[in-house]
Amino acid sequence: MIAPGSVAIVGAAETTELGIVPHLSEIGLAADAALNALADAGLKPADVDGLACVGNFRPQALAHYLGLTPRWVDGTGVGGCSFMLHVRHAAAAIMAGYCKTVLITHGESGRSRVAGATRPPEPGSLPGQFEAPFGPVGPPTLFPIPVLRWMKTYGVTEEEIAMVSVVQREWASRNPRALYRDPITVADVLNSRMIAYPFRILQCCVVTDGGGALIMTSSDRARDFPQPPVYLLGSGESVEAQMISQMEDFTTSRAFRVAGPEAFRSAGITHADVDHLMLYDAFAHLPLFGLEDLGFVPRGESARFVAERNTAPGGKLPVNTNGGGLSYTHTGMYGMFAIQESVRQVRGTADAQVGKVEIAVSHGVGGMFAASGTLVLGRERPS
Amino acid sequence: MSAASQRPKPLPTPETQHFWDGLRRGELLLQRCGDTGRAYFPPRPFSPFTGTRDVQVFRASGRATLYSYVIHHRPAPGFTPPYAIAVVTLEEGPRLMTNIVDCPQTPEALVLDMELELAPTPLDEEITLPLFRPAKGRAS
Repeated sequence: MIAPGSVAIVGAAETTELGIVPHLSEIGLAADAALNALADAGLKPADVDGLACVGNFRPQALAHYLGLTPRWVDGTGVGGCSFMLHVRHAAAAIMAGYCKTVLITHGESGRSRVAGATRPPEPGSLPGQFEAPFGPVGPPTLFPIPVLRWMKTYGVTEEEIAMVSVVQREWASRNPRALYRDPITVADVLNSRMIAYPFRILQCCVVTDGGGALIMTSSDRARDFPQPPVYLLGSGESVEAQMISQMEDFTTSRAFRVAGPEAFRSAGITHADVDHLMLYDAFAHLPLFGLEDLGFVPRGESARFVAERNTAPGGKLPVNTNGGGLSYTHTGMYGMFAIQESVRQVRGTADAQVGKVEIAVSHGVGGMFAASGTLVLGRERPS
Repeated sequence: MSAASQRPKPLPTPETQHFWDGLRRGELLLQRCGDTGRAYFPPRPFSPFTGTRDVQVFRASGRATLYSYVIHHRPAPGFTPPYAIAVVTLEEGPRLMTNIVDCPQTPEALVLDMELELAPTPLDEEITLPLFRPAKGRAS
């Protein structure tokens, strides 16, 4: 096992513009983010010898576009949490000596669709045979399918779930780059346009263009960079099922239950140590499943925990302080933005800074509960 | 709601052909692990529980209960909104995605754990979809 804090994030940045960026293609957004992260770390492209990315461009496309000659590449693509896995894999590669300086980058033209691609499932694939014929049209029709079962199991009300969107809009109002910043109420959420019952449009993520990038290196070198290092203390990853219909239990994510505890164990931390939490929220139930499956609250109590403002500004466990996928941004693969906010909070530079953050957890989901990655980040390297 | 021809059409593979052949005859075929006796879905020529290739195809009862669903309110090829996209638990254990026919597509009519039965619904000459309807005598 890699000792907590052996590897650090020494550069982090989002694209110059975020939200509606029709003048850049997907690979252009990824490159813009990469150049910004390199500048943040005081590096040039030639300093990078490891590359990880995911999306409609492969590592070979991005390496050539940026003029890189990597000695290590990772194109792991398990959906929006792929970047959490990239960070974890990069840490292993750096510690193995495969590379010294890793660039992890994301760009997606989710809204403007400039040189992006969305394809229906291949008709012979398992989702093509066993889900597509029944009318799902993308994530809004698939991801919320477990919600009614979870609500019935724990007696959760629609009003309680609606508070997730309300609280995250409060956080978004403190972030100038958030797509939506005007306050909303529970009534606004419940009266917004029905998309896929029980979820309305204010319970579905925004759809945006943008990207982000990270630079990682060994902590022994991390002090040589202009920004304070953000240390990787622990991490976890897993996958469950590509098809949500085959998820073993609609009230809990197995991938979350593997990745989360592994991240906590490898970091040697407990829940009480966590000052700040990002829970990937493509849809409003995801932070709730995250709170329960990562063990922050007992099963069935997450919605009330949020409704009682524990995750809101001033609450004891600040969650999704950028406004999340619901209000800040969601290009399609949001995990990079969750990590970016974790890094800002640990550095102390977030727009909605929650005080001194010693330990931040960034938890991602991929596909429809198909994959998960969890990172524990820290301000100090454990001695 | 009937299966309209604009629906995305599944393309059987060698591993799944028997499943689609069965539905054309009105039969829902599952497979059973030779080691554990447990039924599984989707079709594959080995057990996801133990990896054994000793597996049997058998005809399921067609009885199921409603596990969860969404009601989609936007247009989709081959569907008239609002329509429910459901996941049902088969009596034998496995779950599958489906649509619930012969039933209003409303939260009031679609009650979790309600009993359902197979409604094989031809899409064309090759493909019959495993849709479900409220079990006879128990319809809401």
